Amino acid sequence: MTFLSSIFKRRSSAPVARDRLQILLAHERIAVGDGKDDLLAKLHREIMEVIKRHVAVDQDKVQIKMDRGAQCSVLEIDVEVPGLTDRPENAKKS
Amino acid sequence: MAKVLVVTSGKGGVGKTTTTAALGAALAKAGQSVVLVDFDVGLRNLDLVMGAERRVVFDLINVIQGDANLAQALIKDKRVDTLSLLPASQTRDKDALTPEGVAKVIADLSKKFDWVICDSPAGIERGAQMAMHHADMAVIVTNPEVSSVRDSDRIIGMLDSTTEKAKAGEKMEKFLLITRYDPQRAARGDMLGTDDVLEILSIPLLGIIPESPDVLKASNVGAPVTIAEPESAPARAYTEAARRLMGEKVEVTIPTERKGLFDWLFRRRVA
Repeated sequence: MTFLSSIFKRRSSAPVARDRLQILLAHERIAVGDGKDDLLAKLHREIMEVIKRHVAVDQDKVQIKMDRGAQCSVLEIDVEVPGLTDRPENAKKS
Repeated sequence: MAKVLVVTSGKGGVGKTTTTAALGAALAKAGQSVVLVDFDVGLRNLDLVMGAERRVVFDLINVIQGDANLAQALIKDKRVDTLSLLPASQTRDKDALTPEGVAKVIADLSKKFDWVICDSPAGIERGAQMAMHHADMAVIVTNPEVSSVRDSDRIIGMLDSTTEKAKAGEKMEKFLLITRYDPQRAARGDMLGTDDVLEILSIPLLGIIPESPDVLKASNVGAPVTIAEPESAPARAYTEAARRLMGEKVEVTIPTERKGLFDWLFRRRVA
């Protein structure tokens, strides 16, 4: 049973290659076309700037996950915020 | 005025040099005067594939720097008398490829030949940019494989933005040549099909070159496959591609080895 179903359900690899390429190139064409990096990278940079303005962020404690999809992309930024009392000096000034 | 054609791909090892030699020889056999220019400074190989490695005296850089004139540097093919080769330098640095120098060499070659075919190095840096800069048309060599398709997409973007034609607001003619194609694996769904690659890259198809041992055999003996094994499947595919470059309408098929009725039946239409 498992042997037969594995034969009939075996997904050929070419459609996977085609779908991966289409998603990848849709993103790369935007990035290269503007001569800038893409929206998600920009969002990541600016979000991190805002967070750093208010809390001291240890770069090692920031996890970033990106999933570029055909319909929508997900940018996940996981920042470990230290105790809110130890703000950096410049945050107090502003 | 000559047509300046660049054979490019982005990725290495997909068959740019093989294609340059085979298309050039096919055009020359059809009576056109053709010069092949190797832009791969430091890693030249077109001389070897053409079987002219022992006849190289001067090269492209010598001509650019004025150490030799074009007539001295051009190597005439011994098999097809309308075919010539301008080798790249093996020892010099690719920074010696100056934009002015390259422009002058291409302009001078354009006066003497019907076709100037520039064999681009892999990558997207100086050598590749110089090879494509003056082109009127481009053949993008692509294997039905994800990394090759991705790099081809990048190169198509560069052809449309950085070349002389693009900067003048004109349209660069671009053609896709799929090489190392295995119809059986594509039919099984284990290799990107020609329709997949065409849909993704969306440029006109120049031809499909089937995977074949004859290509390696030809380079072993230092001859373009269209000269060494003119009746082989890849040679027929290259010859048909050359006819399309000359403006003929030839239906694109995947030639197979000529064995019998079975193969004839499977010589199916693809585009």
